[in-house]
Amino acid sequence: MIGLPILSLTIFLPLVGAVLIFLIRGEPEIVARNARNVALWTSLFTFALSLLLWVGFDTTTADFQFAEQAPWIAGYNINYHLGVDGISLFFILLTTFLTPLCVLVSWQAITDRVKEYMIAFLVMETMMVGVFSALDFVLFYLFFEGTLIPMFLIIGVWGGPRRVYSAFKFFLFTLLGSVLFLLAILTIYFHTGTTDIPTLMGADFPVEMQRWLWLAFFASFAVKVPMWPVHTWLPDAHVEAPTAGSMVLAGVLLKFGGYGFLRFSLPMLPEATAFFTPMIYTLSVVAIIYTSLVALAQEDMKKLIAYSSVAHMGFVTIGIFTLNTQGIEGAILVMLSHGVVSAALFFTVGVLYDRMHSRLIASYGGLVHRMPVYAFMFMLFMLASVGLPGTSGFVGEFLTLAGAYQANTLVAALATTGVILGAAYMLWLYRRVVFGELTNEQLKDILDLNPREVAIYASMAVVVMVLGIYPEAFLSVIRVSVENLIVQAGGGLDGALTVALAAE
Amino acid sequence: MLTLYVASVFGPLVGSVIAGFFGRALGDRATGVIACMMLGVAMVAGWYVFYEVAFLGRSREAVELFTWIDSGAFEASWALRFDVLAAVMVFVVTTASFLIHVYSIGYMAHDPGVPRFFAYLSLFTFMMLMLVTADNFVQMYFGWEGVGLCSYLLIGFWYKRPSANAAAIKAFIVNRVGDFGFALGIFGVFLVFNAVAFDTVFAAAPDYAGASIEFLGFRIDTLTLICLLLFMGAMGKSAQFILHTWLPDAMEGPTPVSALIHAATMVTAGVFMVVRLSPLFEYAPVALAVVAVIGATTAFFAATVALCQTDIKRVIAYSTCSQLGYMFFAAGVSAYSVAIFHLMTHAFFKALLFLAAGSVIHAMSDEQDMRKMGGLWKRIPLTYGVMWVGSLALAGVPFFSGYFSKDLILESAFAADSAVGDYAFWLGIAAAVMTAFYSGRLLFMTFHGASRASDEVMARVHESPKVMTIPLVLLAVGAIFSGVFGVSIGMVDADGAFWNGSILVLSGHDALAKAHEVPGWVKLLPVVMAGVGITVALVMYIVLPSLPALVAARLRPVYLFLLNKWYFDELYDAVFVRPAHYIGRGFWKAGDGALIDGVGPDGVAAAALGIARRASRLQTGYLYHYAFAMLIGVAALVTWYLLAGGA
Repeated sequence: MIGLPILSLTIFLPLVGAVLIFLIRGEPEIVARNARNVALWTSLFTFALSLLLWVGFDTTTADFQFAEQAPWIAGYNINYHLGVDGISLFFILLTTFLTPLCVLVSWQAITDRVKEYMIAFLVMETMMVGVFSALDFVLFYLFFEGTLIPMFLIIGVWGGPRRVYSAFKFFLFTLLGSVLFLLAILTIYFHTGTTDIPTLMGADFPVEMQRWLWLAFFASFAVKVPMWPVHTWLPDAHVEAPTAGSMVLAGVLLKFGGYGFLRFSLPMLPEATAFFTPMIYTLSVVAIIYTSLVALAQEDMKKLIAYSSVAHMGFVTIGIFTLNTQGIEGAILVMLSHGVVSAALFFTVGVLYDRMHSRLIASYGGLVHRMPVYAFMFMLFMLASVGLPGTSGFVGEFLTLAGAYQANTLVAALATTGVILGAAYMLWLYRRVVFGELTNEQLKDILDLNPREVAIYASMAVVVMVLGIYPEAFLSVIRVSVENLIVQAGGGLDGALTVALAAE
Repeated sequence: MLTLYVASVFGPLVGSVIAGFFGRALGDRATGVIACMMLGVAMVAGWYVFYEVAFLGRSREAVELFTWIDSGAFEASWALRFDVLAAVMVFVVTTASFLIHVYSIGYMAHDPGVPRFFAYLSLFTFMMLMLVTADNFVQMYFGWEGVGLCSYLLIGFWYKRPSANAAAIKAFIVNRVGDFGFALGIFGVFLVFNAVAFDTVFAAAPDYAGASIEFLGFRIDTLTLICLLLFMGAMGKSAQFILHTWLPDAMEGPTPVSALIHAATMVTAGVFMVVRLSPLFEYAPVALAVVAVIGATTAFFAATVALCQTDIKRVIAYSTCSQLGYMFFAAGVSAYSVAIFHLMTHAFFKALLFLAAGSVIHAMSDEQDMRKMGGLWKRIPLTYGVMWVGSLALAGVPFFSGYFSKDLILESAFAADSAVGDYAFWLGIAAAVMTAFYSGRLLFMTFHGASRASDEVMARVHESPKVMTIPLVLLAVGAIFSGVFGVSIGMVDADGAFWNGSILVLSGHDALAKAHEVPGWVKLLPVVMAGVGITVALVMYIVLPSLPALVAARLRPVYLFLLNKWYFDELYDAVFVRPAHYIGRGFWKAGDGALIDGVGPDGVAAAALGIARRASRLQTGYLYHYAFAMLIGVAALVTWYLLAGGA
């Protein structure tokens, strides 16, 4: 499109905004107000810019589009290489969509060091968009690790009472995986002499080496997803993080894991992927059932939703490793849906926390009497989380399971129990918070949503409904890239086809 | 006239949206009227569709709206399929639902949540219509879960009551258990047929008769497996034995909701599904046998429980459960058209019974316990009259609608001439006598004898307003004549020509054809049984009112067993609900807390803290130890995996 480097602009525009905020001087009140406004307008403009990627996207090719390439560390054959395909496009849009919402969510909730907070979020956005558009391993790693720092600060500075413990737990869990990931990148570089991702997709690594590389990747991605049993940092991080931090963490950062599997593990290491698939299935099924049961026992709303995230991500990892169309397309849709729905659910908790300063389920009950609009929005996203047909949660989950069923009936059957348990913990949560008599005296004059909150909810509701009723808008973009990926990963184009062939 | 087809399905959705989003602004009365009008539009369009499809023979295989999900071979569109089966269902659903809507204007007049009520009620109808007009499995699942959602919303309509909330959640979860099977069934269909559209799947089904498939490590007959998984969904939605526990609790919702759930939407969905999928079930004889056995067991089981209940709505609720059992075993012996015929007659008389019960409750100042009623017949004669009509239809007394359909079901079961058929026949006969008994018991306890209510309540007993009684009268007309109507338009003719190919019956499965030639005593027996049942009720509750207490005392264990609904709720609570919470807590505290964090970060941190409390030293020690522990863990896992997994 007209030679404009849209990707680079999308990545670095937030950084420019961050610099602008950094330069704001004056009265604290005014600084805070200006910081908020600059952050909002920068992120909105970035979102508008990123929409151009969707508009100009060619759905007929699996090649990387909007590609930009420039020498970077020339002596070592390391380049500044960017591009998007059908797999990464919507993750970029998810990021640029959620960031302005996060700024809006923090509008009144954050009163302390607003300037630094907004800078952290904009830097975060740069890093996240970078992760999804980088086509060079070194560049990718830079962005990938770069997200850790603003997130660490967001939790550690603006978090709850146990924020330091949580921030460190978050940092260390993810850092450990990163160290191994870096080792893997170095190994690849010394083996092939390049860090260019599209080139490496055609590389043929020896099987033995693939397995070690795969494990190193896995160490990094599994923590991000997070997969059982390295998920325990997530509930703590969420509980302590400010609302917008949770939104971005659940909405975007958790998608790094799934994206990593799709971008690197599957196309570059197909033999190892096939080899380790049973392990992934096992861990994912355990994650779904285990964390759903744990969610049932939670007394803290944020923890409950955090655990439900782990369960949903279990569907994602199963879907990715089915290596069939339904499984992978389903997994991508689950990630997109979860990105919006979990963000909305954390916002739902945040709305109450802003008013009552409690996240405990027991503090609430009977909210529908005072907050009917809130009750409606909560209901909508609760149902999307439960995977009700017609909402975004259904399409991805159903496709994933349909894909899984073709790969392994036992895995599909066990994973489907998560659908029952998911309904149980979400409905029960909703009942305890929203329905019943309003008995807590402090709730007697709680206020319903203000226009800002309605706007945040409404924008997310639109995405949830479109994704649920007309997912073709998204699938048409994803389709070709997924087919290409399946060929690279050596999977059957259609599970049923494989079965038919095997039967002959 | 494509518009009418679309209107018959989407009319209620429009009504729902108007009521939901603009109800507060419009006011209660206007909201109710608009919702009724939109349903009226759907009903008239539905009648026209029924006329055109069933009588002019113009079925429309698929009115495609737009693509929904398209992922590889997994292609499902938003599409409406209007064959005769769908048209019959649209006719029944819109008609019953319209009358219930009108009745609700009167019944809910004093409720603070009228707009919300109509929004849910219309949405419920819409979901059911989407279900019956689906042209692929996924859209059917959409409607399927949609009615589940609406039942959840409506059962929990009075959200202040803990019991209503509990019942709502129970309904949703139990249905989800059924949907678990339904979903797996759909995945199975997709695996085998590589498609989810009905046409493609039905056309290919004969090729897979007798083929087998791998499932959870076992080799099982393909179609049997798929049909059984799908049937699990039907069991949940239609409250069949094992998954029935939600239905009796569902009466926590306002009475019109019960009428809607029991008559038109929701519970009939399971029966419809089996009939819709007759091209699959016909090739899965084992699955059909299971359907028949579960159906017959439910018919019997629910009737026994209904004998002892004292809540007027609960008696009717269990009778629904029992009648659905009849429909299923009709389908199980391949008499699908009779199942749908009974579904239709049942829709009229069950809606009538519930709404009449609502009228009683309305008159009695919200009392539901029959032990506190009695002697009402002079005070509310119209309600009394229509209640008789409904009960006689339910009991299968000649020339009321239920007589035609239920008799034919029993005759078909007998004519099936198989062990399963006999099982269904005899349990069906036993259920028939009990049905007549509890119907009589309900009438006599409520309307006859001396009043057992307080004078204050009795003083306020009054007949319901016209907006409620007119629907009752119209339903009563349906409860009397829908049987004759169905027979005369040839719904249950042996050749099945009426259905125009929308139901498949293989040539060997001729239970329905032979049902017309069964011995005289088989035809006579259900009628005699109905007479016996009502007579016994008459004796016990009118002639010798002391008798029931005596029987209950003599047969105390049996009585308690039935009163407590065979202890299913207690069993499930002990086996599923409490262990789930217990295990969840265990995983959380012991698994996440003690094991993973204890050995992982916290353990390492604690060790590091012991060495040094200064932050600078904490950081390095923490990281180093932590990384070391994780490396060891990963190394152990990898070693194990490479060694054990590589073999």
